[in-house]
Amino acid sequence: MTKARIDARFAALKTEGRAAFVAYVMAGDPDAATALKILKGLPAAGADIIELGFPFSDPMAEGPPIQRAAQRALAKGMTLSGTLELARAFREGDQDTPIIMMGYTNPLVTWGYDAFARDAAAAGIDGIIVVDLPPEEADPLADALDANQMSLIRLATPTTDDARLPVVINRTSGFVYYVSVAGVTGVKEADAATVAPHVARVRKASGLPVAVGFGIKTPERAGAIAEVADAVVVGSALVDEVAEAVEMNEDVTSRVLSKVASLAKAVRLARQGLTTV
Amino acid sequence: MNAPARPNDYTAYPDASGRFGDYGGRYVPETLMPLVHELDAAYKAAKADPAFQAELNGFLTHYVGRPSPLYFAERLTDHFGGAKIYLKREELNHTGSHKINNCMGQILLARRMGKTRIIAETGAGQHGVASATVCARFGLPCIVYMGAVDVERQKPNVFRMNLLGARVEAVTSGSATLKDAMNEALRDWVTNVHDTYYLIGTAAGMHPYPEMVRDFQSVIGKETRAQILEVEGRLPDAVVACVGGGSNAIGIFHPFLNDEGVKLIGVEAAGEGMDTDRHAAAINGGRPGVLHGNMTYLLQDREGQITEAHSISAGLDYPGIGPEHSWLHDVGRATYLTATDLESLDAFKLTAELEGILPAIESAHALARIGDVARDVGKGGVVVLNLSGRGDKDVATVAAHLGMQI
Repeated sequence: MTKARIDARFAALKTEGRAAFVAYVMAGDPDAATALKILKGLPAAGADIIELGFPFSDPMAEGPPIQRAAQRALAKGMTLSGTLELARAFREGDQDTPIIMMGYTNPLVTWGYDAFARDAAAAGIDGIIVVDLPPEEADPLADALDANQMSLIRLATPTTDDARLPVVINRTSGFVYYVSVAGVTGVKEADAATVAPHVARVRKASGLPVAVGFGIKTPERAGAIAEVADAVVVGSALVDEVAEAVEMNEDVTSRVLSKVASLAKAVRLARQGLTTV
Repeated sequence: MNAPARPNDYTAYPDASGRFGDYGGRYVPETLMPLVHELDAAYKAAKADPAFQAELNGFLTHYVGRPSPLYFAERLTDHFGGAKIYLKREELNHTGSHKINNCMGQILLARRMGKTRIIAETGAGQHGVASATVCARFGLPCIVYMGAVDVERQKPNVFRMNLLGARVEAVTSGSATLKDAMNEALRDWVTNVHDTYYLIGTAAGMHPYPEMVRDFQSVIGKETRAQILEVEGRLPDAVVACVGGGSNAIGIFHPFLNDEGVKLIGVEAAGEGMDTDRHAAAINGGRPGVLHGNMTYLLQDREGQITEAHSISAGLDYPGIGPEHSWLHDVGRATYLTATDLESLDAFKLTAELEGILPAIESAHALARIGDVARDVGKGGVVVLNLSGRGDKDVATVAAHLGMQI
C-alpha cells in the first residue's frame, strides 16, 4: 500500500474526471475520541484524501486557526504516537483513503526518522508533509520514507521560481502541494486565476498531481480551485468549525462533516459546469 | 548525534550548508528558502566588499561609540582574590548593550539588498530598541514582535521603541514570550516576502543568521584580544559571557577559538534552579532538536514539544541557544556553566557596590560565576568578562525581587 494508495486514488479520480478533495484534521482536536469519529466520517462525507496534522508547540507557518487547534490537541495530551494510533484505528475500517501526515520536524527528530517511518507505515500512513523541512535538510527523512514505501510530499510556493522548482520536486512522490499564497495557513484567500499557471507549471515539471491549499475556505473557492488543480486542500476552515462547535456546545463531528460535505460537493461539481450555490 | 571531532580550525565553520558539526542548518518553510539563499548570497558579497566594511566601521566608531573600553575591575579582583578581572564594557555602547553591533551590520545589509520594511523580535527589549534605533537612523519602518508577557514586564523599553518610531506588536499566541515573538516574526516574513528584511537579534535561527550575527558581534572579541595584549602583553586565561541565544558570548569567544589556552566559559540562566523545571539552560538542561530554523540544544519534553524557559532575565528567557554554542559544547572547546536568578541578583548588587556599574541582569549571570573562574585561574592569571549590557532597564525587576517598591 502506502505510495500505491495515493497513486491509486489519483488514478481513479482521473477516470472520474474530477479533482480530489483533501480534508485536514488536527489529531486530537478537540480530543482523541472526537478526532477519530471525524476521521471515520470523512470518506462518506466526501473527503478523497485525509491530511492528518500532528500538533507542535511552535507551528511557525500556521495562522491562528491551526495554531489554536494544535494547542487544543496538546492540552488534551495528543502526541505523535497518539496520532499514529488514530490512523491505525481509522485503517481498521478503510483501506483505500490515503492519509498524509502534516506537521513539523522536531517531534520526528525526537522519535527518530527511521523508527518513525517504520511505525507510521505500519499504522497505515501513506505520506508526510513536513513544513519546516526543506529539500536542503530532508534527505535523512526521505531515505527513511523510501525504505517504507512512503511519500515525502513537498511544498511548492509562489516564491518557487523555475530555478528552484527541480530542487523541490526531486524526491517528491504522490503529489506536489502548491501553497497558493505567500503567507501562513488560513489568512489570505487563494485566487484560481492566479494559481492556475503555477499549477500547470508544477504539474509539467513534476509529472505528478498538484494539490492546492492555504487560503481556501468556502465551497465557491474550493470549486474554482478544483477546476484548475488536481486536488483542493481545506484545513483552517475545518478546524474553525471544531473551535466554533466547542464554543457553542454543538456536536463537533456533525458540524465538521457537514462542512466537509459542502466543500466536497463543490469540488465534485466543479468540472461539470455546475455550481453549488 | 555522532561523537564530534575537534577541528584543526574552529573558525572554518559553518560549512556551506550552514552546519557547525551536526548543528545549524536551514529548517524553514519552502516559501522562505529562496529568501534565505538570497540573504546568504547578499551577506557573502557584503562581507567580501571593503566598501561595506568601511561603511560599517564608520558607523561603529561614530554612532555606536566603538571601541568599547576594556576595564580592569580592581575592586572585584580584590574581592575574589584570584586572577585579574577585566570587563569588556559593551554596556557603554549606544543604546546600552552589544545588540547595536549586529543591528548596525544588518541594517546596512538590508539597505544594500533594497529592502524597505524591517521586522524584528525581542525579549527584554534590548534588541528591539537597537533595531528601532537603526531603523530611525536610516528612515525605515520597523515592526517589533514582542511577547505580550514581555510587553507587560518591560514597559519602559516598549515606550523607548515607540519613541524611536517603531511599532511594537504584542504577541499573544503560545506562551506569549520570546519564542512566540520569533514565531510571529517568521509568520510576518513568510507573508511579506518581497519587501521585508528580518533582523534577527541573536546568533541563532536559520543559516546564515548564526554566522552573520556572530561576525557582526566578533568586533567585541577582536577588540578584546588587541586590548588585553596591549595592557597585559598576553592572552587571557579565560573569557566569560552570559548565554541566552548567545550573541554576546560568540562575539567575544570567536576571535579566541583557535587559542586553545584561552578557556571559553558561557553562563546559562538557571532560573529557580537546575533541580527545577523553571530555568532557561538549553545546554545544561535540554537536548538537540529543531526550532526556528536550526538544529541546536533545546528545552523540550519527551515528545519534542518545546517547553517554556524561565529566567529573571527576559533576555535569557529562551528555550534554545545558537548552534555554534551547541557545537563548541559537544567538541569541548567551550564550557557552559549556569547561574540562578538569586545568584545573578547578588552579582548585580556586588558589581554596583564595588565597581559603580549597574550590569544588565543578563550580564549579571556571567558576573555570578566570575569569582569561581577567577579563583580557579588563580593569582597571576587574567580573565575577561563581557559586560554585555547596562542594568538601568532592570532596576524595577531588581527592586521587586528585593521586596521594594520604586
